[in-house]
Amino acid sequence: MSPARSRRVLGTAGLLGFLALLEVAPRAGLVPDRNLPPTSRIAGALADELGQPSFWAALGDTLQGWAIGLAVAVAAGVGLGLLLGSVPALRAVTGSTIEFLRPIPSVALIPLAVLLFGTDLRSKLLLVVYASFWQVLIQVLYGVQDVDPVAMETARSYRLGRWARIRHVVWPTALPYALTGFRLAAAVALVLAITAELIIGNPGLGKEIAVAQTSGAVAATYALVVVAGLLGVGVNLLARALERRLLAWHPSARREAGG
Amino acid sequence: MSAAAAARRLLLAAGLPLVLLVLWWVASADSQSFYLPPLRQILEAFASVWLGARLVDDVLPSVARLLTGFALAGLAGVTLGVMVGSSPRLRAACEPVLEFLRAIPPPVLVPIFILVAGIGTAMKVLVIVSGCLWPVLLNTVEGVRARDEVLEDTCRAYGIRGQARLRHLVLRAASPQIVTGMRQALSIGIILMVISEMFAASSGLGFTIVQFQRGFAIPEMWSGILLLGLLGVVLSFGFRLAENRVLSWYQGLRQAQRGPS
Repeated sequence: MSPARSRRVLGTAGLLGFLALLEVAPRAGLVPDRNLPPTSRIAGALADELGQPSFWAALGDTLQGWAIGLAVAVAAGVGLGLLLGSVPALRAVTGSTIEFLRPIPSVALIPLAVLLFGTDLRSKLLLVVYASFWQVLIQVLYGVQDVDPVAMETARSYRLGRWARIRHVVWPTALPYALTGFRLAAAVALVLAITAELIIGNPGLGKEIAVAQTSGAVAATYALVVVAGLLGVGVNLLARALERRLLAWHPSARREAGG
Repeated sequence: MSAAAAARRLLLAAGLPLVLLVLWWVASADSQSFYLPPLRQILEAFASVWLGARLVDDVLPSVARLLTGFALAGLAGVTLGVMVGSSPRLRAACEPVLEFLRAIPPPVLVPIFILVAGIGTAMKVLVIVSGCLWPVLLNTVEGVRARDEVLEDTCRAYGIRGQARLRHLVLRAASPQIVTGMRQALSIGIILMVISEMFAASSGLGFTIVQFQRGFAIPEMWSGILLLGLLGVVLSFGFRLAENRVLSWYQGLRQAQRGPS
């Protein structure tokens, strides 16, 4: 067997083993099944959910909040990152403020978001944008810092204007960093979208989970958590695919494809 | 010259934050808006709310739960990570499951752990552990896997085995990655500390802040937001200090490799 193939076989075996363990443990009485229902019952509840229009509406709400918030955060993060990164004076002045604002947990804003916007989409967006903005901004700032001084000097001596320098020198260097920021931000945005739904009660998957849990629908709660996990996996795969596509020209991607 | 340089650095670091604070103070000084009270009121509320009995009853227990959960997750993550990272077969078998578990947004585990452990301290610590575990675990696996082959061979040649090998080769080599994972875990931990208390609790920082918001005690609520912000900043600063101590060898190595610039 080729190494890639045997890895896949082992991975599938691991996954099946995990599912079997979760099936057997409650059935054998190792854990009470009102706390952890067997896999088959969770799968049944999941199938029920998939048949309900309200589930798809909730999924759509979650994805909508995620996508809008992420788009705003990426646009703001890249724009501000390029600006601050390419003007050294601005960078020096804002450094400490960024260091101070970044670690503020976005959940601290939950009470404010509730007061200002209630369970409106905007309260979800406030949390999502605040959390994911920093991921993008920081990465773009690293990226701009990484610009090769020789390339910059060359561009200058060829009299490229400010915009042309940003377009042809700064941007290609910063892009891999920006995409790393995008990948991190995409995951964080999903976490915060679902958190907002769970705590504030914006319509979406998180709210469905809270409702299922308080009404004692244990298997449905687990089924929805599984959906949230699959959504997370999907977001990661999407971000990585985007990274590969946009960075196909980059030496690191080419090296990976070659070897 | 050095005094001037230090003054310049201090000015750069403190300048904008001070300007922003002054702006906030002035702009909100006679604010009539219900939701945006004057900064003066917020600071007064801060002193009266958080520096009394609440510090002992709500703030410290929350922070203690956070640190307990973080430490447990760190221990479990590094232990499991070393095991999984040392065996290619085990790693291949665990990878899809770990990828899935990591991708579950940690806050959705709060309802699950309420089912399993009620709404007591155990639930909150469990939630924090379950969120902090994955970044540490996966980064440890990566770090252990990517250790230097020459060092590995050197250890073998010198017959360094068991505990000594673990301490001086495996954990050392993985430590930069482990620290990265722990940094991610810390920021997730703060989020989970707050959320677990907001969702179902009768005490704690998150609970108190939500109570203020529901009771429309607006300056008090703002002071809670400030406190959470400060907590985030202090923890990340403390972490950076610890990191600089633990990883000074690594930072020196990187600087030496890059050459003096």
